[in-house]
Amino acid sequence: MMDWVLAPLAYAFMQYGLIAALMVGILCSIIGCYVVLRSMAFLGDAMAHAILPGVAVAYLLHGNLTVGALIAAVLVALGIGFVSHKGIIKEDTTIGIIFTAALALGIALISSIRTYAVDLTHILFGNVLGVGERELWMTGIIGSIVLIITLLCYKPFLVISFDPILAQTMRLPVEFFRNLMLILLALTIVVSMQTVGVGLVAAMLVTPATTSYLLTYRLPTMMALSALIGALSSLIGLYTSYYLNISSGSAIVLVATIFFLLAFLFSPRQRMLRKGSSPCAS
Amino acid sequence: MLNRDGTITEPAHLELKNVSVAYNNHPVLEELTFSVPHGSQIAVVGPNGAGKSTLFKVLVGLLPLCAGQILIHGLPIGHHQDCVAYVPQREEVDWRFPATISDVVMMGRFRRQGWFKRPSKADQEIVAQSLEYLGISELAKQAIGALSGGQQQRVFLARALAQEPHILLLDEPFTGVDITTQETTLALLEKLKDHQVSVLVSTHDLNMAAQRFEQVLLLNHHLIAYGPAQEVLTREALQASFGEQLLVLEHEHQGSSTVIFDQCYQPDKGSIE
Repeated sequence: MMDWVLAPLAYAFMQYGLIAALMVGILCSIIGCYVVLRSMAFLGDAMAHAILPGVAVAYLLHGNLTVGALIAAVLVALGIGFVSHKGIIKEDTTIGIIFTAALALGIALISSIRTYAVDLTHILFGNVLGVGERELWMTGIIGSIVLIITLLCYKPFLVISFDPILAQTMRLPVEFFRNLMLILLALTIVVSMQTVGVGLVAAMLVTPATTSYLLTYRLPTMMALSALIGALSSLIGLYTSYYLNISSGSAIVLVATIFFLLAFLFSPRQRMLRKGSSPCAS
Repeated sequence: MLNRDGTITEPAHLELKNVSVAYNNHPVLEELTFSVPHGSQIAVVGPNGAGKSTLFKVLVGLLPLCAGQILIHGLPIGHHQDCVAYVPQREEVDWRFPATISDVVMMGRFRRQGWFKRPSKADQEIVAQSLEYLGISELAKQAIGALSGGQQQRVFLARALAQEPHILLLDEPFTGVDITTQETTLALLEKLKDHQVSVLVSTHDLNMAAQRFEQVLLLNHHLIAYGPAQEVLTREALQASFGEQLLVLEHEHQGSSTVIFDQCYQPDKGSIE
């Protein structure tokens, strides 16, 4: 048993991969609580795909891929905020247009690179075992910054998520905190690129947070529980990917989905709903 | 207001000077001028689309003014700590949000306790006290998803109370709620009178306005009348405000009349509220 657990850790790339996966799992799950509560799942998915052109340009210029992704993500976050704030076009439509255009541009750029097939797969579905020491530090530093800001801004984020009218009457700069949240989301997605890939990061943002939403009635508990579920999914997922030799990102997401299904079937909220659906039963 | 020893700080004083408000170049409020002495309780009465909700939104800073000035304690809005609390007609929040009743009421304390500080013991006491005033202490640890409509309103009243406002704005608090909530709301108003909190309550219940409020403000885009209930609620003023929405039934023998307010009547102009 111990061998089974320790064997993979004999490799440096597995150690790095595991640390990266745990950090990303926890980070995505905590930011994901706001993504779920503010119905931003589609936005998160769009943002993830929209960083592709940034990555591609960085690749073509032989620059740092993470920096390229970072610039693209922040630009897209603010762009979506700006366009939807104008209120002429519905937000989901705006997101749909920007998201697919960026994806197309990204793939167009990447397909001009000769070895694109392999690189594209890594960006889309993650390659946690390719994480080096430098990427690990980058994930750690950006992730810590995001988490610290999220915890510091707990009260403003809570109020703008639950009751924007109260936030406004309390003279809270609602627009500022909304954009800050988008930037934190963008940063989270960028550091998750290597682990789960842009194609699957939306799942890590939504699935653990929703699972924990089904199990609790308070936001702080929801965040803590979500972080735990995210970390467990990363851990179990990575081992599964090692032993079954499947893509690490997919394995992590599938484990998270199993947790969700269990919570969905057995959660107290679910029981309450079922009780409510048969009003005639005594 | 509401220092725990019952003393009063800073009397509330609200003054509007020639206030005009418009939505998309369509005027909703025109040239409103009136002042509210501290501690007074005013029923704001008017037909649907008269601009009652708009007035409240302007007072709390949710809508910009086209012209005029609003002074609180002699200073324009935004120049002091928020001392205006607002309970909208229907709280459009997600009732499945993971929060307990005391979590929601605690939000009322955020501005005063500081956005980046932890709630103090005093904050917790004020929250507990607010819940008690509204008779929902036993629900404190419950999820907000399980509340009835009346209980939801009491939670938001408790939150407004926790804000320790000098001026409290309640938009149609008597519409669509159970009797217990109505009674609790009225009892709360009595209590606030002792604490000299100024309260503006919009309602289309003329009986409620006449019986429970000393001051009535009759509104229909313009200020029609403002003063003690018996002086304001005259047939002429009501007709000027409600127009055809008002039915007057004459009693032949007593020489008096009964006023009926037609709730189903739709004004010709599109309702803005």
